[in-house]
Amino acid sequence: MGSGTWILALLVLQSVFDGIYGLEQEVNRRTERISGSAGDVLEDDPVGRLKVFVYELPSKYNKKILHKDPRCLNHMFAAEIYMHRFLLSSPVRTLNPEEADWFYAPVYTTCDLTPSGLPLPFKSPRMMRSAIELISTNWPYWNRTEGADHFFVVPHDFGACFHYQEETAIERGILHLLKRATLVQTFGQRNHVCLKDGSITIPPYAPPQKMQTHLIPPDTPRSIFVYFRGLFYDVGNDPEGGYYARGARASVWENFKNNPLFDISTDHPTTYYEDMQRAVFCLCPLGWAPWSPRLVEAVVFGCIPVVIADDIVLPFADAIPWEEIGVFVAEEDVPKLDTILTSIPIEVILRKQRLLANPSMKQAMLFPQPAQPGDAFHQILNGLARKLPHDEGVFLKPGQKILNWTAGPVGDLKPW
Amino acid sequence: MKQSAGQHPNRRPYSAAVPEEAAALRPPSFLFWSAVHVLCCLVSAALGFRFSRLLFLLLFSPASHHHNHHHHVHLLRQPPAAVIPFPPPPRPDLPPPPPPPTVAGRVGVGRHGIRVRPWPRPDPAEVARAHEILVRLQQEQRLRYGVKDPRPVIVVTPTYARTFQALHLTGLLHSLMLVPYPLTWLVVEAGGVSNETAALLAHSSLPVVHLPFHEDMPVLWNDRHRFEARMRLRALRVIRERRLDGIVVFADDSNVHTMELFDEIQKVQWMGALSVGILAHSAAPDATAKRQQRASEQETSPLPIQGPACNSSGQLIGWHTFNYLPYAKKAATFVGDGVTVLPTKLEWAGFVLNSRLLWKEAEGKPNWARDLDEVGISGEEIESPLDLLKDASFVEPLGNCGKKVLLWWLRAEARYDSKFPSRWVIDPPLEIVVPAKRTPWPDAPPDLPYQRIANEGGHVEKHVSKKVRSYRSKRSSRNKKKHETHVDTQVSEMSSAQEK
Repeated sequence: MGSGTWILALLVLQSVFDGIYGLEQEVNRRTERISGSAGDVLEDDPVGRLKVFVYELPSKYNKKILHKDPRCLNHMFAAEIYMHRFLLSSPVRTLNPEEADWFYAPVYTTCDLTPSGLPLPFKSPRMMRSAIELISTNWPYWNRTEGADHFFVVPHDFGACFHYQEETAIERGILHLLKRATLVQTFGQRNHVCLKDGSITIPPYAPPQKMQTHLIPPDTPRSIFVYFRGLFYDVGNDPEGGYYARGARASVWENFKNNPLFDISTDHPTTYYEDMQRAVFCLCPLGWAPWSPRLVEAVVFGCIPVVIADDIVLPFADAIPWEEIGVFVAEEDVPKLDTILTSIPIEVILRKQRLLANPSMKQAMLFPQPAQPGDAFHQILNGLARKLPHDEGVFLKPGQKILNWTAGPVGDLKPW
Repeated sequence: MKQSAGQHPNRRPYSAAVPEEAAALRPPSFLFWSAVHVLCCLVSAALGFRFSRLLFLLLFSPASHHHNHHHHVHLLRQPPAAVIPFPPPPRPDLPPPPPPPTVAGRVGVGRHGIRVRPWPRPDPAEVARAHEILVRLQQEQRLRYGVKDPRPVIVVTPTYARTFQALHLTGLLHSLMLVPYPLTWLVVEAGGVSNETAALLAHSSLPVVHLPFHEDMPVLWNDRHRFEARMRLRALRVIRERRLDGIVVFADDSNVHTMELFDEIQKVQWMGALSVGILAHSAAPDATAKRQQRASEQETSPLPIQGPACNSSGQLIGWHTFNYLPYAKKAATFVGDGVTVLPTKLEWAGFVLNSRLLWKEAEGKPNWARDLDEVGISGEEIESPLDLLKDASFVEPLGNCGKKVLLWWLRAEARYDSKFPSRWVIDPPLEIVVPAKRTPWPDAPPDLPYQRIANEGGHVEKHVSKKVRSYRSKRSSRNKKKHETHVDTQVSEMSSAQEK
């Protein structure tokens, strides 16, 4: 009888533990922690890990430009303005430049807008150069490192190449004076002139309130398989196709316009955000530049992003394991997109949805006002903190000069 | 060159860019090359195609490795042999770069082909797989966000065999097949269990309890509403006897139900009330009725709704019922009348109950519910489920306190003189067949005297069998007696119309 009761007790204990384990599994089934190549760093708190000094530039570099055109606060390049505002009131800001690890110069280079709202980058190199000249003459911190412990936010199409057209951007290359600085930019493509090592890739700005107001109940069944709204051919600038998006968007249209699983069109529905929440996959193909706000929208609305952009570098790539969250399709595989998407195992899709449901993932893509823990501002600071401590090459030896102040196209040398 | 508005701004026209940049750099060569550019544009305009491409093809050898890529895929547009970045005038000191450009790696700038596979049609196997994926994902969504511990649903439907039964019952059947919860369907049929209804119900895989109700459905709408209430009581008694567990929904076969309804009713504790949209349609073909209806619709709200009324804190304070005034003269009185069918003040469809409310003994059963055995006896008329309760204030308002309309009430029956669809067979043939007034058959005399029909109507009542179809002639002859004048005027209109 004794052994019988022991066995019974063991069985009871085992079932209890199984129950607890099952509960844990249940909780884990809901969301999964996101950890990228740098580890589980999405929820790190940058306060106390770095100090940032914000240069007080004359308002012609920032406030006056914004005052001239307040539309800059709403377009997808608004991150530069919001980053400045965030840093001014953040606990990582220090007023003592001697103890600063990083230096920030607020120059709004993407705020010269056409009447229809598109930024013109033609004056941006001169503006940036003029700001750097100002910094280097009025403070000693630029010259002692030639900018290696400075960072700049350059959210335009091709970053610090300051042009919207890829060939011209490649020809120009990154502004020479920014050669040693850290660039915080939205553009990211491997083996590309306009992405230098050590840059921090950020998501484009998407208005968080606007997205919040369009949320629908999460139990609304996802019944659209693939969703996309946008251009396939840019008839204004590339009427025959082949240049825009390297022909990938046109290929999507030609192959899948008759496919019932693909809800793709050039419409502008008012229910765009609601439709994304009813879709399983959202296409995020490249346009004139490889990045797009669609990625942010897809992540916020829980739709698995299908990224069609070869060699793209996605935001915060060291903190977020994009391979596990999104689906990457090579541009040459676009004709087989339906086969690729329908042959993903269901467990993998469920896991991707679980990762996307993690609130820290959504928070990391947004620039809310006021800033919240875990949002894109904090991810940028975390990225900067991970680059500390600065290595030996940052501080120049006395008399050492690396930058050539007259390099670059002649037009850039004119004063701004 | 305008860019379209949208999520992603297009690029600006090149013409804005190039002169600004180039002008800053080299004035004399710029002038030369812009002159060449203008000349080329004029020549192209004259020829009708961009001959500069032809020129580049002849002058520069093709070094593109894009061709190798694309051989196995049909190209919608052929890339030019020399893939030159388009279209600024080439600067003299810079030789036109052959692709790939200066960056290493396989992604190149410049013109790419648009890859289209030879047969861009959906593969049915893939579409089926995609639907399987969607089903599984929706199941997972329901597990995550939907109702926890869903209770089974018991659906009560009164029905009888008639022209539109197949239409209504099949619609309801398909709706119920989509409900993701375990479901029991109690179908109460007036006139006993018939083969037609059984055949329709056999199309589903739902557990159906087919209950006979051994009285015939009356003809007048008021009688029919009360009759249906008695049929539903019969079903409730069966639920009580068998102690079926779940949430009772009164789904009439002609109503339209949304799937959210079945999710919403899971919230009910004991008895809940929903908002029902009333589709009181008018089938009258004459224009005057339509005009009147449109005018009346503009005055009142666009859609009448029956349901609970709440105060601002979400508590039930009363009921929205149907407003009969606009329809005072135009209500249908008998089934098959061609005018608007009106609902009762509070339709059964707008209420749901926990089946334990009906049981003799159930734990937690509230005392504000009457015992089912006492309801309906000694000729008591049950008009709405509120008669099952002692106190109606305990009813829970569902659907965001009645603001969300989750089902639609509709009564649409075939007109009394409508023809059967052509492939229907009446077997065995009826003893007496009277041609319909509205659709005169080609070989029948145009006008039958009313006296003869009235006499024959008497005969028909005696000989008629229980078959449904003979029911029609009985009904039509009886109705002709009642509405002689009405039909007369219609017929004279029809004949005058025909003469034209």
